[in-house]
Amino acid sequence: MSLLSIRNLTTVFHAKEGEIRACNNIDLDIAVGKSVGIIGETGCGKSVLGMSILRLLPRNVTTSGEIWYKNQNLLTLTANQLEKIRGTEIALLPQSPSTSLNPVIKTGLQITEGLQIHRKMKPSTARRQALEMLRILHLPVPEKKYQEYPHQMSGGMKQRILAAISITGQPSLLIADEPTKGLDAVLRAQVVELLQQLIRETGASLLLITHDLKVAARLCDEIGVMYAGEVIERGPAQKVLTEPEHHYTKGLLASLPDMGLCPIPGSSPSLLNQTTGCKFYPRCSARQEACRINPVPLQMCNGCYVRCLYSA
Amino acid sequence: MSWFKMLARNKLALIGLIIVILLVLSAIFAPLLAPHSPSEQRLEQALLLPSMEFPFGTDDLGRCIFSRIIFGARLSLLIGITVTAICAVTGVFIGMLAGFYGGIVDEVIMRLVDIFLAFPGLILALIIAGLMGPGMFNVMFALALVGWMGYARVVRGTVLAEKQKEFVETARALGATDLYLMYRHLLPNVMAPIIVMASVGIGHTILAAAGLSFLGVGVQPPTPVWGLMLKDGKGFLQTAPHLTIFPGLAIMVTVLAFNFLGDGLRDLLDPRLKEKRIE
Repeated sequence: MSLLSIRNLTTVFHAKEGEIRACNNIDLDIAVGKSVGIIGETGCGKSVLGMSILRLLPRNVTTSGEIWYKNQNLLTLTANQLEKIRGTEIALLPQSPSTSLNPVIKTGLQITEGLQIHRKMKPSTARRQALEMLRILHLPVPEKKYQEYPHQMSGGMKQRILAAISITGQPSLLIADEPTKGLDAVLRAQVVELLQQLIRETGASLLLITHDLKVAARLCDEIGVMYAGEVIERGPAQKVLTEPEHHYTKGLLASLPDMGLCPIPGSSPSLLNQTTGCKFYPRCSARQEACRINPVPLQMCNGCYVRCLYSA
Repeated sequence: MSWFKMLARNKLALIGLIIVILLVLSAIFAPLLAPHSPSEQRLEQALLLPSMEFPFGTDDLGRCIFSRIIFGARLSLLIGITVTAICAVTGVFIGMLAGFYGGIVDEVIMRLVDIFLAFPGLILALIIAGLMGPGMFNVMFALALVGWMGYARVVRGTVLAEKQKEFVETARALGATDLYLMYRHLLPNVMAPIIVMASVGIGHTILAAAGLSFLGVGVQPPTPVWGLMLKDGKGFLQTAPHLTIFPGLAIMVTVLAFNFLGDGLRDLLDPRLKEKRIE
């Protein structure tokens, strides 16, 4: 049974230059207790997808389609209903730990506020619970860290604090938006472990948004590859990351350092003035004339959904 | 305690703090400290020079200037602190709304602020106090009406910058309502500049209140107020200058003390300077 299912999600930014389709007809399912990764390069719309689910986008954005979560369509809920879902049902683990904590509030209080509001705990109980969470997340000297401000901590510690905050409401779905962005290799490994621990301890589903294929490979059961606002390939993580069907995914894998470091020629297209055909057409090595003109549907192919007319 | 130590490192701020504390204490214990009643008139003792009995001399009605200054501190501090508090609270509230909601709300509020700022503050206060008639409440109302715009502007600017930061989005993603975000997350972030502004603002308000009293639209005699004492003494400026020198000094020292304190707090609360200290 799927916890979250997204149907035909289209997110459009109305900018001065025209309409920007950051997400185009996206279908996605996340099953209970499973981890789904969204990978793609910068600007392909993967963060917008995460924010669309929580409806945290600016006012000049229109979102159409359906996002079903536990039998309610998130796109039709009122602001009040959404505030009840955020944090307790769907929580966000934000990117960049350095700016996502309030610099003038002690970290301990930032954890307990969630416990007090979402779980109606008394201050003393919340304090005990927060310390317990910090201990579980292997934060050194939790009693001391509890009293410190964010600027007194290292990036890894802040990431742990944020992780603790994100699960204060016992969410069923955790959206991790590039949790490893800007971290060094050691810290990245720690964050991956942290995420594994989080989903193991809470039993929550995970939507991991990342451009780091290795992190996705370690954490995810299923992977969706996004390109220019579309999901171009979706399937079991093992399959997508070892024998991909779409030429773009193949290119992504070939550009990894230990796979030969071969970049994909060209750069990703502007999301303004989109063409009808395959978005990857200008950069594809196997392109045909038909790719340029015809819309390409997401088709089943060797156990994956692929958006390509000539997949291998 | 560590706060006090950090403030104490700045000599001027420490002096400011000590003077402010002394002022507050003398205002509270005025009846105990004053050697004479502030309103007792003894014409045979009029215009005496400072002596052991009358440390600051006496005025044209034979009242002890020292006692009047001590009692005057009560009203000056009361007006200064109350008006500044009203201004700060109003300004923070209005600025927060403007900065947080942006768009048309921001536009309307900030144009209103611009209109108020277009008038010279003291003159507007003079007109309002003049129209409403003299009296302490009217002076406070007039001063509050012309003093809140600075706070609104600073808060709006800070909120505009702070609300873009990711911790706001994070809090929102965890289910925070608008009100909760403003109160719990943005308010602590705007407090530092507001505390500094308010401590300097108390001095300015005392000065403005003295100005209004001097011009005759403020608190009325025989209440002992510094501005009024200046006004009463100006006729004797050449024959008995101590009538104006001592109330003038009292105003100057008070305003300076609050300014020193404000500067010290600015250094103390500036996070960039704090980082430097840790290194």
